[in-house]
Amino acid sequence: MSLVFKGFKDILLVLIVTFPFLGSGDVHSMEIQRVVSSGGIEAWLVEDHSLPIVSIRFSFPGGSVNDPTDKSGLANMSTKLLGEGAGEFNSQKFHRRLEDLSVSLNFEAYKDIILGSMKTLTRNRDEAFDLLKLALLKPRFDDDSIQLIRAQIRSRIARNKNNPNNIAQRTYWSMMFPEHPYRFESSGTFKSIEKISKYDLKSFVRSNLVKTGLIIGVAGDITADELALSLDKTFGGLPRYFEKNEIENISPRTLGKVVVVKNNLPQSSIVFGQNGLARNHPDYYAAYLLNHILGGGGFTSRLYKEIREKRGLVYSVYSYLLPLDYSSLWLGAAATDNKSVKDTIKIIKSEWSRMQDYQITQEQLQSARDNIKGSFSLRFNNTASIAGMLLEIQRKGLGINYIQNRENIYDMITINDINRVAKKWLDPKSLTFVIVGNPSNIISSEVISGK
Amino acid sequence: MMWYKVGAADEPPGKSGIAHFLEHLMFKGTANRAPGEFSEIVARNGGKENAFTSQDYTGYYQIVSKDKLGLMMELEADRMMGLVLNQESINIERQVVIEERRTRVETSPQAKLNEQVMAATYSNHPYRLPVIGWKHEIEALQLDDIIGFYKKWYAPNNAILIVSGDVNPSEVYDLAKTYYGKLPFKKIPLRLRPSEPNQHAPREVVLRDPRVLQPSWSRRWLAPSYNSPNKNHAYALEVFAEVMGGGNTSRLNTSLVISQKLAVSAGAWYASDALDTSTFVVWFSPRSGISMDVVSAALEKELYKVKRNGTTKEEVNRAKQRLLDSAIFARDSIEGPAQIFGVAMTTGQDVEDVENWANRISDVTPDQVDLAAQAVLKINTSTTGILLPTDNIKAK
Repeated sequence: MSLVFKGFKDILLVLIVTFPFLGSGDVHSMEIQRVVSSGGIEAWLVEDHSLPIVSIRFSFPGGSVNDPTDKSGLANMSTKLLGEGAGEFNSQKFHRRLEDLSVSLNFEAYKDIILGSMKTLTRNRDEAFDLLKLALLKPRFDDDSIQLIRAQIRSRIARNKNNPNNIAQRTYWSMMFPEHPYRFESSGTFKSIEKISKYDLKSFVRSNLVKTGLIIGVAGDITADELALSLDKTFGGLPRYFEKNEIENISPRTLGKVVVVKNNLPQSSIVFGQNGLARNHPDYYAAYLLNHILGGGGFTSRLYKEIREKRGLVYSVYSYLLPLDYSSLWLGAAATDNKSVKDTIKIIKSEWSRMQDYQITQEQLQSARDNIKGSFSLRFNNTASIAGMLLEIQRKGLGINYIQNRENIYDMITINDINRVAKKWLDPKSLTFVIVGNPSNIISSEVISGK
Repeated sequence: MMWYKVGAADEPPGKSGIAHFLEHLMFKGTANRAPGEFSEIVARNGGKENAFTSQDYTGYYQIVSKDKLGLMMELEADRMMGLVLNQESINIERQVVIEERRTRVETSPQAKLNEQVMAATYSNHPYRLPVIGWKHEIEALQLDDIIGFYKKWYAPNNAILIVSGDVNPSEVYDLAKTYYGKLPFKKIPLRLRPSEPNQHAPREVVLRDPRVLQPSWSRRWLAPSYNSPNKNHAYALEVFAEVMGGGNTSRLNTSLVISQKLAVSAGAWYASDALDTSTFVVWFSPRSGISMDVVSAALEKELYKVKRNGTTKEEVNRAKQRLLDSAIFARDSIEGPAQIFGVAMTTGQDVEDVENWANRISDVTPDQVDLAAQAVLKINTSTTGILLPTDNIKAK
């Protein structure tokens, strides 16, 4: 890192920090290499030797959506235990190895995938991959570790139980998917996590950490040849395939309800949404642009301007597309004074309708397009986020040229496309709201009493 | 990034929240730019932006492609001294700030407790006040208060421009000169805040709330910062925090969580970057069914042990290595290094301090760690914060 430090006329201090950047800070100039090891393990790599750091992100298909109904939280608990001792190292020894080598190793269960990530300095790279391999192939599941992780998960559930945003999300998901495993939180419940046995944990790992469907993204200080060797060494011993539960595709039950969860709080938390689009739907990109204008574009979105900037009703309000593997949502959230809930909901609905009524101008489209195109690079300025991007591009099947194609995809979307997609997809009548708090003057379809 | 050497701790008495309120209002336009226009321009140019306020600094940043650097400087220079505010925009934004306060603090028992703990930790220094401000004072802030604060502190000679990226230094310098060089110099007051008196008794704050299902406990001591007269303790305390609570194999986690099975989590941290006296903190969350007193007694025993027997050379070396490695990881982003310099430069350090940080950490000895720990961990200068359910019945 070189640093220039200047002042002029004793007025302003100017500090300029220049240092080599991954791909010179622009993802479009990054070269993505497809690395296939001799054992047939594939990873996508952005090689960059400017810092002595390597990040890897990988995913196995099937996350908490595969949890047995009476044992929700199984995927989460299993993955949390992967880092708690493996091979000859008990939990403390394993952590000590990681810490002494400054290796960070994490596993997390999402609804649709198990995500693993590791970051290491080049000097400890081989040991880091060895530890990762041990965690994947020989997790110990010692009784003490199971007991501790169960206690930590219980603590997490306890913390979230009365958190207004969390209540709103929980309520929303259970309303959208009353019969589908998406209704469960990845962490499980106080009750369900007690039912998970060591046998369950071990068989989860055996059947889910498999080569089939494994996706890997790597960025940083490693060559393709070095990576190929590490891939075989680390992932080569995983079993090939295991039969999975069949999960059904499902449409969310967005029935246009307003549900209040009564809670004695000075502010109401609102979660709202409607049906969304699958990531591979031909209308997805136009919908993404549309949402950017509606509620995705930070300080310039319509929801932000109407509800926060003009009226001061909220600190934050936004909307986003959430494509899942078996369903899709178009979600949003806001938090406002109990007495402003009614107005806030009214404006959200009217903005939803306004988008639909052919009111997007060419200029708004252009501005949203420029922001989506230009800000893409900015999201990927460190090895971990680049590895994560490489993982996502593969997982969503977007192709190795996606970064180059992406600009073109957005350029081709016309105002007619946007208006057509708005008309087709936005459905203010189906918008469903969950309010947690003590809102005044709300006519709700349902009131659930909280405490 | 544009950093101003002013924060919440520089607010006049009775006007808490001005620094943060003003940060919001900086997006409300100037004589040359309509409200929100700056944000529109950043968005249109594919950029990202935001702002932040702390006790000691206020900062504004944009992340854009390098050809937009001049444009960003033009806009940032424009609002440095040309902000236009009116009663209506203030009234609307006040509601936004109140909602922000409700989201961040008033709907969270832990955040409410933290606010009370800070108010107890500092009895005289303005660090006792929340950065976002007390609700009743935010409600009473007047247009004149805000404009007065802005005029007093916002000037090029109280600002630090930090540009991080793949840029040419002399070009950046020339651009900065073009846009900021024409702004007038202002006489900026010294940042002299009331200091803490000696504390003669431990303080304890207990918050009970029916919504709490996972109790928590923390204790903090006043501790020197990198800008304190006895700042040699600061580097040692950074190592000490790592030894006590910097990870899974730290003393507190090993003892309370792993061996004795009393807590679900435990740790320590220390805020070394502060213009004035900072704090050193230890904390835990008890396992369900274990009483708070049992865990806090076990924690006090660990503190007693380390004060009496000191740290070992081995654990100090391990902690130092992890801290040094973390400095390498901190370079793995575009904002990270800029942030480090910004905080340092607004909290009384200079470039040399940042560049020598690793050397100074390397030089810390176990004896220095022990001396610093003994100097700081004194029960009479501590404040303990305890979060409990209303009926004191543990979460199941």
